[in-house]
Amino acid sequence: MTGSPVSSGGAVRGRVTVRRGLSRRSPRPFGRSSATPWIYLAPALVVLGGLLVYPVYQLGLISFLEYTQAQVSGGEPATFQGFGNYAELLGDGEFWRVLLATVVFAAACVVSTLAVGCALAVLLTRVRAVPRLALMLAGLGAWATPAVTGSTVWLLLFDPDFGPVNRMLGLGDHSWTYGRYSAFLLVLLEVVWCSFPFVMVTVYAGIRAVPSEVLEAAALDGASQWRIWRSVLAPMLRPILVVVTIQSVIWDFKVFTQIYVMTNGGGIAGQNMVLNVYAYQKAFASSQYSLGSAIGVVMLLILLAVTLVYLRLLRRQGEEL
Amino acid sequence: MNPVRARVRRPWRLAAEVSALLIAVVVAFPLYWMVLSAFKPAGEIESSKPRPWTLTPSLDSFRRVFEQQEFGRYFLNSLIVAGCVVIASALIAFLAATAVTRFRFRFRTTLLIMFLVAQMVPVEALTIPLFFLMRDFGQLNTLGSLILPHIAFSLPFAIWMLRGFVKAVPEALEEAAYIDGASRARFLWQILFPLVLPGLVATSVFSFISTWNDFLFAKSFIISDTSQSTLPMALLVFYKPDDPDWGGVMAASTVMTIPVLVFFVLVQRRLVSGLGGAVKD
Repeated sequence: MTGSPVSSGGAVRGRVTVRRGLSRRSPRPFGRSSATPWIYLAPALVVLGGLLVYPVYQLGLISFLEYTQAQVSGGEPATFQGFGNYAELLGDGEFWRVLLATVVFAAACVVSTLAVGCALAVLLTRVRAVPRLALMLAGLGAWATPAVTGSTVWLLLFDPDFGPVNRMLGLGDHSWTYGRYSAFLLVLLEVVWCSFPFVMVTVYAGIRAVPSEVLEAAALDGASQWRIWRSVLAPMLRPILVVVTIQSVIWDFKVFTQIYVMTNGGGIAGQNMVLNVYAYQKAFASSQYSLGSAIGVVMLLILLAVTLVYLRLLRRQGEEL
Repeated sequence: MNPVRARVRRPWRLAAEVSALLIAVVVAFPLYWMVLSAFKPAGEIESSKPRPWTLTPSLDSFRRVFEQQEFGRYFLNSLIVAGCVVIASALIAFLAATAVTRFRFRFRTTLLIMFLVAQMVPVEALTIPLFFLMRDFGQLNTLGSLILPHIAFSLPFAIWMLRGFVKAVPEALEEAAYIDGASRARFLWQILFPLVLPGLVATSVFSFISTWNDFLFAKSFIISDTSQSTLPMALLVFYKPDDPDWGGVMAASTVMTIPVLVFFVLVQRRLVSGLGGAVKD
């Protein structure tokens, strides 16, 4: 079976025919006026322009300036540095260490979240209402937990003195936040805990949206469960999988609160720093706003690269924008 | 009956159901521990042999949290901020999503790509320029400094997600409405809006969570007037990394999590169907 993505295909094509039919008979009452869409878009564009586009421009600008406490308070004029801040950043071994840690940590979070989320989504389709509701509600609970709250709760769970986890595992007073890797692991567990439900619920909704006739036909043709999953469901779910993957990449690459709270601002001697926390510490703790901005620009560029990959994937799926 | 489910043989289904229940217990455990710890009396929580129950539940930790100056104020602030962001971004995103799906105009595709790209902007990195922007407009230490950026950050994702819902409303319906003499505004608010409401609910969940969760902006923009701060900051009053008041932290956490849980339970069905709808797109 060659399962082509069901995403837009049929419905859209059908609609296009309708539209054509109508527009030939009568001038369409909507869609021709050039001002109306812009009126609808105006509030969004004003808000986005003022609070997203302009700050991004400012971010870029500050990253090229000398901008420290003296300039912020207006004591000294901001001077143009060219790529000076970037040179300083790229010449700093710590930046590369943090960048590597960020990428590896985000990748580990994304992979674990997707694996857990997809596996549980499939599990949800295999069980009756009561276990399904229980798992769904537990997931929604984890999802609903605010990041700060989740961070402190997980710290208590893994507390060397008062936490139940060390007792259950017989670890004595092992401190999870002391070592670099165990601290990252602890944060990873919390991040997966609060973000797998999004994947689980979305993928589950996607599986449910697959017409049952398709699955029945495959089953009648003698396809095994694994074959049905690989050749029928997976291609149909690909659009959703792309969406949840991209969302996870965006979220996990930008994790701030969990790291900040759970490792107390980036871990012992900054061992658990990720780019976001690094930028924050540079800007607000040591008033090196231009270096903080340069780190922000680097993050922006990395995420833009991810966007381009996403756009190409959408294009290849034939998704119309 | 879902054939995938029907084909699962009985022992396997039993195993699946047992593991689903066990996993549900594990997933819910942190929340259980949070509530339990909030109700444990002083001293018991700092026991080196933590018990998964308490024989003498106490409200002391909650009392301490609410006696903490301005906790109620923080709570109200969080509600105001999240409420404003949810409503404003839903309305603005609805209009924008309608524009990009029901109209053909120049730069439409460009705009869509820009909305997509905007989702990727690491908002945490914008703390620095936003700090200066808010300062220049005298918005530091106001709820506005939290509301406005969050509206902007919720919008791209909300528009992108709502697009599928607006698309799904048949255009014939729009034709019919106009033929029956409805004005464009009437169609927009009395026909289209109710139809895409499930989608709005789903997007609202995301804007609500990201706003309610916000820790960085509250930390960075509310610097001197703490009466304008939000719940995450109140929580951190009790969380001193060296010597946390665990009872207080867990009580504050419980209070902070309940509104989100209530919101989730209320929209649960719509959320699942909403995500399914976005997926079918």
